[in-house]
Amino acid sequence: MMSKIVRTMCNILVPLIFVFGLYVIMHGHITPGGGFQGGAVFASGVAFIIVAFGSANVQKRLKEHHLSVLESGGGLIFIGLAFGGLATIFFFNFLVGSPIFGHIPPSGANPGDLWTGGVIPLMNIGVGLKVLAGLSAIVLVMALVSSGIEVEE
Amino acid sequence: MTDSGILHVIIPVLIVTCAVFVARFKDLIYAALALAGLSLLLALEFYLLQAPDVAIAEAAIGAAITIAIFVLAIRSTRRT
Repeated sequence: MMSKIVRTMCNILVPLIFVFGLYVIMHGHITPGGGFQGGAVFASGVAFIIVAFGSANVQKRLKEHHLSVLESGGGLIFIGLAFGGLATIFFFNFLVGSPIFGHIPPSGANPGDLWTGGVIPLMNIGVGLKVLAGLSAIVLVMALVSSGIEVEE
Repeated sequence: MTDSGILHVIIPVLIVTCAVFVARFKDLIYAALALAGLSLLLALEFYLLQAPDVAIAEAAIGAAITIAIFVLAIRSTRRT
């Protein structure tokens, strides 16, 4: 638990960090960034909460096994979508051109259409879930162990 | 993008300066903060070299998460 100034700034800044991380994940297929970068930005917000409020307070709301479930879910989304195109070939983009995540992106310079890409935005969401849960779990377990609290396996 | 020639000289010099500070500081917290500054300058250099993807990853991983883990590890050691 740090001083009141740090906690107030944490309350103001952390929602903005979370929204920016989710924005980077969602727009991963048309702007710089993607699942890994957005998940890392989100996990830096979680690290800010842990440093500001102390790991013992955070552990009451955020358990490690919940993060572990989220991480495994992200991995399963990614590999499930990869196997979903197996009727043609592994990692085939089977959603592009269908009503879900619609049209084929135009070639050449264009302003960027969010509703394109087929299976790529969903895979970005899977990678983002895996990275944000994994990095948050790393920082949380490091904080708990360094402050002398036992962590179950 | 067009006139960033002088920045390609200034920023590497500042990165090397930060690295020297990391090695020279006696207090480990100051060394970790100098490492955070090094990572931020490195992210700026990546952005100037038109690799914004790498710049986002460097700023998030290098400047935030690594330094948080370093500070948490230093906090559990004892000063002599």
